[in-house]
Amino acid sequence: MSIALALGALLAVACVLLVALPYLREPQAADDTLDQPGELQQRQLDIAEIRDRALASLKELELDHRTGKVSDEDYRALVGPLRREAAEALHALEPRTQEAREGVRVEPPG
Amino acid sequence: MPELGRAALVATLGLVLWALVAGGWAARTRRRRLAQSAQNALLAGFGTTTVAAAVLVGAFLRDDFSFVTAADASSRELPLRYAISAAWSSQAGSLLLWLLVLTGFSAAAVLLNRRTSRDVVAWATPVLGGVATFFAFLLVAVASPFETQAMPLDGRGLNPSLQNPYMMAHPPLLYLGFVGLTVPFAFAIGSLFARRTDERWIVATRRWALFAWTALGIGQLLGAKWAYEEVGWGGYFAWDPVENAALMPWLAATAFLHSVMIQEKRAMLKVWNVLLVIFAFSLSLFGTFLTRSGILSSIHSFTQSSIGPWFLGFISLVVLGSLALVFARLPLLRARTRLESLVSREATFLYNNLLLVALTLTILWGVAYPILTEAVRGEAVTLGRPYYDFFLQVFGLPLLLLMGIGPLVAWRRASVRSLVRTFAWPFGAALATGLILLGLGAGSSIPGLIAYSFSAFVLGSIALEFTRGTRARRALSGGSWPRAFSDLVARNRRRYGGYVVHCAIVLLAIGIAGSSAYDTVREGKLVRGETLAVGDYRLTYRELEETPAANATEIRAVLDVRRGGDDLGTVSAGKNAYTVERQVSNEVGIRSDLVTGEDLFVIAEQVNPDGSVYFRVFVKPLVNLIWLAGFVFLLGSLIALWPDAREQRRLAVRYAAAGATSER
Repeated sequence: MSIALALGALLAVACVLLVALPYLREPQAADDTLDQPGELQQRQLDIAEIRDRALASLKELELDHRTGKVSDEDYRALVGPLRREAAEALHALEPRTQEAREGVRVEPPG
Repeated sequence: MPELGRAALVATLGLVLWALVAGGWAARTRRRRLAQSAQNALLAGFGTTTVAAAVLVGAFLRDDFSFVTAADASSRELPLRYAISAAWSSQAGSLLLWLLVLTGFSAAAVLLNRRTSRDVVAWATPVLGGVATFFAFLLVAVASPFETQAMPLDGRGLNPSLQNPYMMAHPPLLYLGFVGLTVPFAFAIGSLFARRTDERWIVATRRWALFAWTALGIGQLLGAKWAYEEVGWGGYFAWDPVENAALMPWLAATAFLHSVMIQEKRAMLKVWNVLLVIFAFSLSLFGTFLTRSGILSSIHSFTQSSIGPWFLGFISLVVLGSLALVFARLPLLRARTRLESLVSREATFLYNNLLLVALTLTILWGVAYPILTEAVRGEAVTLGRPYYDFFLQVFGLPLLLLMGIGPLVAWRRASVRSLVRTFAWPFGAALATGLILLGLGAGSSIPGLIAYSFSAFVLGSIALEFTRGTRARRALSGGSWPRAFSDLVARNRRRYGGYVVHCAIVLLAIGIAGSSAYDTVREGKLVRGETLAVGDYRLTYRELEETPAANATEIRAVLDVRRGGDDLGTVSAGKNAYTVERQVSNEVGIRSDLVTGEDLFVIAEQVNPDGSVYFRVFVKPLVNLIWLAGFVFLLGSLIALWPDAREQRRLAVRYAAAGATSER
């Protein structure tokens, strides 16, 4: 009984310490705001996703074409829009473009 | 020690409640330290639940029958390995295992993702805390595993049918699956709360979903193996409500794992994916409710209990709350692209999803039907095997065919010319298989013949994919064929791991079709020296043996087995009479032919005092492919689950470039 109580008390103290740790580490935080992606960062994330998606699709299309799954005709029809999509996303992610467009909504391609 | 267990559970309840309330408040008001505190509470909750679980397992290992749970499910004669698994064979013990896995997964998911998806994690924390709060509350207030009593001399023992190695692994694996689905659910809901509907919740949770799906799949196969060897009725899956309870979330998760690829590749089906995650998680809760409420009669379920209404209330809250949130966030979930063609990879995935969801809903209707009829008419009407078998054929056979079509169709669109060229080989393989089998007399079962032809089509398409891919890889980078093959798989583990899983499903389909559509059964009463002929086999009943074991008396009828002119040795079937539990279990005799995959399956239905035995004997062609499928399934899942360094680097670059990562 006494061992159980002691272990229980020890467990409770450990839990309280762990939960209170952020406040014990920083009793007076200079900035206690939860860091979240801002509007611009969120847009950058969205465009980065579009870029990665387009590049991955291009890679897959190349492989499918090489393996014969995609005919020459289909390949020609599909590769153009994908390249354009990737290029537009890459362009939108360039630092200078970002600066120029800051505050202006970047419409994701496609 | 029960005090320590109780205290640990109360501490868990307090901690996960803190994760729910403080986490929710922190996410809403964007307070960093409070959010971290809530996340730490989840970690601490895992620690306290581990202590509670250790106390309970300790009671089983020490034969401390002052714990009611241990007295009800264990005995002094119970072998050690079963004493451990007995800890989760009780209702309260199984709920504690649920909570242990849940807090462990919650802690891991938060730790792994709090840098790259901190805004989503901030909202996922209270969701995880909310689910854990429900289970912790049940364990503290409704079904405590730490109830005590005056210590009896011995426990009541473990149900003999649960004294089986497969039963040691089957429930924990199902829990890993059920609980694993909580993580994708929490992150999906977290992303909706945070209004972040980008890909991060999918990136953060797709391996969790795959892991949960793998655990559920393997868990179900082990359960089937247990039913086959232990329950002794001659089958492995009976469409029992509790078996269905594990199958439904697995099917929903299968649909999700396919449709999530459409979101990743084409930015489509965002609403559908969120709904599928909610559906899969709700089904896992529903499955837990079915097993633990005692509402349905099943060999797997626990007895009548008081937790049913709590579960129903929680499931209603989850479903209605989640749907309301999805509805509120619909404008954020609009797709940016449209389906370009009905003949494309994404379209085949969509058809696959519709069939999987239709099959799941059909099974759900079959499970719910007795409950509904009992509520409405006062008499439970059960939908039997023909109902399920019919819909399995209606939805399952097209699904099998789609497994072969999908990999061969390109994303976006495919022209008829390329399709004709691509499908030629697999179609030829299917046609040849069908004709050969028809010639061999397999036309006695049309669904079986179709299943085999479709299986050949799928295997043909997978072989084609691997061959063409390896050839292309070799042409690109040179080197040997094995090197090109390993490079191909390593560069796209999810795709080729998925194909290996498809092979497993084909093996499963062949095994199920062979053992159910083409099996043979004979039965009869034999006295010593008499013979029973079944298929090509001749079984001669030689003798009856009685052997004392650790906690039971084993009675076995020994039969000599011959096929053609060959002596194949003996097979034994009989009963175990358990002394403490005062129960008798059926112990079947199985002789497996590993070359043909066929089983000779013997049940000693009745052992008479005069030494005669009533036998039922099955010949089950290809049944061992079902168990082989388990290994192939695991291999494919591991390939798909294996971390991909290239992908990790790409994601790190993406998040760093967008400033989405944080050191805090």
